[in-house]
Amino acid sequence: MPELMQFLLSGATVGAVYALVALGFTIIYNASDIVNFAQGEFVMLGGMITVFAHMAGLPLPLAALLAIVVTAAIGVALNKLAIEPARGAPVVSLIIITIGASIFIRGAAQLVFDKQLHRFPAFSGDDPIAVLGATILPQSLWVIAGALAVFIGLWLFFTKTLTGLAVLATSNNRLAAQLVGINTSWVMTLSFALSAGIGALAGVLVTPITLTRYDVGIALALKGFAAAMLGGMGSPHGALVGGILLGLLEALTAGYISSQYKDAAAFIVILAVLFAMPQGIFGAKRTERV
Amino acid sequence: MSLLSVSGLGIEFGGVRAVHDVSFSADPGEIVSVIGPNGAGKTTLFNMISGVYLPGSGSITLAGEDVTGMSPHRLAERGLSRTFQNLQIFQQMTVLENVIAGHHLHERGSVFADMLHLPSSRRRSKAAEVGAMALLERLGLARAALQEAGSLSYGTLKRLEIARALALKPKVLLLDEPAAGCNAVETEEIDRLIAEVAAEGVAVLLVEHDMKLVMRISSHIVVLDHGEKIAEGDPAAVSRDPRVVEAYLGAHAKEAAHADG
Repeated sequence: MPELMQFLLSGATVGAVYALVALGFTIIYNASDIVNFAQGEFVMLGGMITVFAHMAGLPLPLAALLAIVVTAAIGVALNKLAIEPARGAPVVSLIIITIGASIFIRGAAQLVFDKQLHRFPAFSGDDPIAVLGATILPQSLWVIAGALAVFIGLWLFFTKTLTGLAVLATSNNRLAAQLVGINTSWVMTLSFALSAGIGALAGVLVTPITLTRYDVGIALALKGFAAAMLGGMGSPHGALVGGILLGLLEALTAGYISSQYKDAAAFIVILAVLFAMPQGIFGAKRTERV
Repeated sequence: MSLLSVSGLGIEFGGVRAVHDVSFSADPGEIVSVIGPNGAGKTTLFNMISGVYLPGSGSITLAGEDVTGMSPHRLAERGLSRTFQNLQIFQQMTVLENVIAGHHLHERGSVFADMLHLPSSRRRSKAAEVGAMALLERLGLARAALQEAGSLSYGTLKRLEIARALALKPKVLLLDEPAAGCNAVETEEIDRLIAEVAAEGVAVLLVEHDMKLVMRISSHIVVLDHGEKIAEGDPAAVSRDPRVVEAYLGAHAKEAAHADG
């Protein structure tokens, strides 16, 4: 029993990270139908910038804040320099642009930073907390709390605010959105800034547990994508539930089958979702007008 | 001085003159109809006035301000809204949300106040919802308020688009074939609505093929043919103008003869 409990706790931690990445996907997807594969790079940048700012002498909270702001600015630059000039291109082309951007950011990070693994101290120490015979790190609680906070924030944003409605309107019909007075290019800028900021926050929270390096982004982007697909692309509920489910599935696979197959879990999930229910658990069923 | 005035407006697409040197103006409370055979450039003219196309030549003035080439969202802020011949609806949103999106400009407040559900934001979102519901009532759409727009009929969506355009509280309203695809009863309702909106002091620009409707409600008619203005005046004068009969009704007569033959 303590064994199962331990798997569940570590699964929830990993799942919260995937949920944060998946939540980052949600905003850009809702504004533009683009799946931003550079989302994992934002997580990497969040961790790496914090590490280097902290090493340069900045206190940790300040370094983390700096990392989030700088990453958000990089997100905006990605939109202005790579996505906006290609406006009017099919969504698939834009998605390929984000894959290119993620390779570029990874390469640049290798040059600007280095190729070593890094970490910074956990926020509330490293003493494990005992829960029902298993243990959980205080930092895991930070990660889970972070995922919940971002989820609640996004859910309120999309359901309670006119700006959230403007974001949804922009993806639904860009021309109509402009005609009702929505500045759609500002909506895109905002979406990339928010997505990148959320990605960076994930990096800040998780680095004390998983460590970070210039190339951690790609695996996170793929797992986060699997989580978002499982939950239903575009839905904050879906991102949270999909992320946690995927984390638990991975932890149980690693615990009861073999840790060799841990990564396979995510990809089997993508395939199963695409075959059985492409709209995911909470995804909107799309009907095309004929 | 007129509320909206268009002067020497023109645009070319790959050397083809779609609209050439068109000028006219509209005052508050006026209904100005733009008529002409298919392909005369009516929708292109609307697209330039509403900022969807950048005019190749000429200028547009709205309430004394030069707004030539201004983007649609900035024109919306200045009180110009429009509907489309082929519908531009937020298909995946509910009918109510479509109209609330139209209130975007007037009810926008702090995002954080909205997220924290502060009293100020509750008042504002309540106001947007009440305003949107009132418009839906007015257009006979109240019962469909919570349905997804994509599931509704064409005639209903036409009215929804008008409701959304009115939610912007426009000074100038451009309606591109509002009665197309509507049955006789619906056409009459739209007719009445346009007259009401104009009576409230809105300048209405109308593109419509239903000649009976146009002749009945227009204060002023602009006739286009091959992208150029060939006549302008009140309905009676325009319908007697020989060039109009030739270009517009003549084309119909030829079509009718063709169909008979």
